[in-house]
Amino acid sequence: MLPSRPSLIAGLALLLAVLSLASLAVGPAPIPAVTAAKALVSDQGAAGIVVREIRLPRTLLSLLVGWIFGITGAALQGLLRNPLADTAVFGAPQAAALGAVLVLYFGLVGALSWALPVAAIAGALVSIALVVAVAGRNATVVVLVLAGLAVGSLAGAGTSLAISLSPNPFAVTEIVFWLLGSFEDRSSVHVLMAAPFILIASVLVLAAAPGLRALALGEETARSLGVDVRRLRVLIVAGAAIGTGASVAVAGSIGFVGLVAPHLVRPFVGYDPARTLVPAGLAGAALLLAADCAVRLIPSSAEIKIGVLTAILGVPFFLWVIARRKAELAETPA
Amino acid sequence: MTRLQARSLSVDLGRRRALSAIDLTLESGRFTVIVGPNGAGKTTLLRSLAGLLAPAEGTVTLDGAPVARLRAADRARAIAYLPQSGTVAWPLPVRAVVALGRLPHGEEPDALPAAGREAVAQAMAAADLAGFEDRPATELSGGERARVLLARALATKAPVLLADEPVAALDPRHELVVLEVLRAQARAGAMVVAIMHNLTLAARFADEIVLLDRGRLEAHAPPEEVLTEARLAASFGISAHVSREEGGLVVVAESPLPQG
Repeated sequence: MLPSRPSLIAGLALLLAVLSLASLAVGPAPIPAVTAAKALVSDQGAAGIVVREIRLPRTLLSLLVGWIFGITGAALQGLLRNPLADTAVFGAPQAAALGAVLVLYFGLVGALSWALPVAAIAGALVSIALVVAVAGRNATVVVLVLAGLAVGSLAGAGTSLAISLSPNPFAVTEIVFWLLGSFEDRSSVHVLMAAPFILIASVLVLAAAPGLRALALGEETARSLGVDVRRLRVLIVAGAAIGTGASVAVAGSIGFVGLVAPHLVRPFVGYDPARTLVPAGLAGAALLLAADCAVRLIPSSAEIKIGVLTAILGVPFFLWVIARRKAELAETPA
Repeated sequence: MTRLQARSLSVDLGRRRALSAIDLTLESGRFTVIVGPNGAGKTTLLRSLAGLLAPAEGTVTLDGAPVARLRAADRARAIAYLPQSGTVAWPLPVRAVVALGRLPHGEEPDALPAAGREAVAQAMAAADLAGFEDRPATELSGGERARVLLARALATKAPVLLADEPVAALDPRHELVVLEVLRAQARAGAMVVAIMHNLTLAARFADEIVLLDRGRLEAHAPPEEVLTEARLAASFGISAHVSREEGGLVVVAESPLPQG
């Protein structure tokens, strides 16, 4: 017997609390968990500064970004009725990165400006709009993935072009490292920059949740049951673009969390697409937080980029889902 | 008394005119079967009647009110629509799929009130689904899934039920089970409209038959008036033998007629 949804959510919340504490304690200068917890509310000297100024922003960003990846992944999978859907299917992260790279390295704004997430969101929106326009509304999964691949490649080429044309080798290193995705050296400014957008994206996506249930029976049936499918699509696509853009702007490119998280929680919620969202968000936050603790613990001269770790773990999972479901995937219209 | 009425209804699919100037009045308590060759516009007509397709010209009204302008929730409570060859995207348990029929009443599938639970239980019993409650809907055969989706439509308890080929995937026994359910719904006062290809079964169960051909309404009358050998030749392009047996007409298609 699987645990019920309330106990699943409680369990995930507890896991997040433990992982958050670990994230405050783990790093080049290990700090005992108790000291780390105390440092949040009282003066603990140098340890307190490390916890509050360095590790707290990093922890909060992992939580926010993991959460929005989880709920947008679950929402897109519900919308497309496909377990392999993710923002990456639309080439959105690459396009968001291109948007951010363009404003950043052609010197339009500084790295901590609001324009950065806005440009990244614009990039994500353009890529999703382009994929939907090319593939059409009733596209099969194959068409959708191919269109997303093409748009993602185009955005990647654009980013490469920006790198090749960049006059400053330090800037090049910075872009490349940022593209790999990391929460290293993020400050509370990054948190404040991403949080409002992630909040807006969460509201949009969660507003669409109830309609996803009827959509399990197809668009026609959902409409006959009184669900406004067009509104649902706009809410989820806008939420996914805003969430992806804000995440990429502060953390670079981190993939596969949105793909994996919904799968982990779905059996516990009876495969109900509406009730998958919140647990998937919590699972996404837990995954990303665990990964961010792991990159600090893996011995290496420079910290391993979290985007690299999530890809190394996520791609085999992606392949496993494809292998397990290839028969039905061949037929499913998106 | 519910009345669903199409007045000079024309519908375009892309640039093709799929329905031309249809005038049709349907009333509650009747089981109407729509027949016609492939591409005649049967599904288009049903979707238009359900308010899911905007007319190019003319109107569809439910008790005088244009269905296109009904609030989505009101329309969903009044008209249950069962599309052709429905799929279920996730391995939802059968009970949860049927409970989706209660959404138009604002009832969440995981917190159904007594009336909702009663409606779901009745619908499952009517579709012969005892023992299927906890089976994942994706692991059923095509015919079993078709019955689950029919139960979903029945659970809404709408005064109008529109079903697109509800018996297409069913074995002979369940074909009869489902047609009996649909007829019983009509006897209990609902308006039931179904698209079918089996003309003999259509003749046996329907109170009236609507014959569509190339987007036009060719006939709307009791089965014996519509399913004549001359009409079958003209609309379906077949030579058929129609005989009258105990329990209704028997239509035996004998050979295709040369086209043109």
